Amino acid sequence: MSAIMECRDLTKSFGSLKALNQINFSIEPGRIVGLLGPNGSGKTTLIKVATGLLTPNSGSITICGLPVDTQSKLRVSYLPDKNYLNESLKVSQIFDYFNDFYSNFQIDKAYEMLSRLNIDRNSRLKTLSKGTKEKVQLILVMSRKADLYLLDEPIGGVDPAARDYILNTILSNYNEEGSILISTHLISDIEPILDDVIFIKDGTIVLTSSVDTIREENGKSVDALFREVFKC
Amino acid sequence: MIWHFENDRPIYTQLLEQIRLRIISGEYTAGARLPSVRELASEASVNPNTMQKALSELEQSGLIYSQRTSGRFVTEDRSMIEKVKETIAEEKIKEFIHTMEELGINPVETIKLMEKTAKEMTK
Repeated sequence: MSAIMECRDLTKSFGSLKALNQINFSIEPGRIVGLLGPNGSGKTTLIKVATGLLTPNSGSITICGLPVDTQSKLRVSYLPDKNYLNESLKVSQIFDYFNDFYSNFQIDKAYEMLSRLNIDRNSRLKTLSKGTKEKVQLILVMSRKADLYLLDEPIGGVDPAARDYILNTILSNYNEEGSILISTHLISDIEPILDDVIFIKDGTIVLTSSVDTIREENGKSVDALFREVFKC
Repeated sequence: MIWHFENDRPIYTQLLEQIRLRIISGEYTAGARLPSVRELASEASVNPNTMQKALSELEQSGLIYSQRTSGRFVTEDRSMIEKVKETIAEEKIKEFIHTMEELGINPVETIKLMEKTAKEMTK
């Protein structure tokens, strides 16, 4: 089986700063991968390169064997770390917008998730709390039948109970033949749902491993290992 | 029963142990159909691949079996479940005796203490 996402010697600089430095890794189908690193380590930059929002300086990145372009965008469902939706729109209008825009958006599924959360489809985005807005965005992203879900800090702004809900939504709604890349620094919350982890530090990958291997070989959780590797 | 994970061991081994416990305790009865991988994974808030791994290992041990189209079932062999129960009980007792020895209490004294405590608990 070919990789869902593959990076080869991927490098991205902002002036003299190397945000990504010779990154190499691949994500196999059906895996949930954690992209873990401290603030400013290059997590968001890497995700933005994969979505085509940033262009690498050198090296390559492919999605299902394709270069990052309009074709790959259909295959990638991206949750940015900030809200980019028009706040004055109603939730139902945003759903319609996504339905028009993406051929793989499953609007029935989106409404089903929305009703389970008791969010009114007629509320305007700006009237919703920060946590509820994040949930709406996640519903939009997870309602697409994509090959790769790129989730940038999906649980950053919400309380622990909502975090559990979000993680469960991710688990029960992703396309099983696809893969998920989740960036976060809230590791202990996310650890049980991950297959593999990538540790990134100053734009360089310091470790790629499966969660079970880390626990077997080190006798400690990914969270504990992270604290060791990134000790300040 | 609530799913719970320690930090020092792989998650799939802990899932395996907890499903085994549910079988022994009768929460999943002999011959009963288990929930699907996805349902179980969602219930435990773990990765479906991890749950799959735990179930495959349980299958190898014979405690559960899969039927190609209809899912996974708990074994109908009650003596096998009973045997697993005994093995686990033995392990727990060994652990306990070891802990008591570390406290400086020998097995004979431990048994006496246990009888006394058990009596008080049932009062």
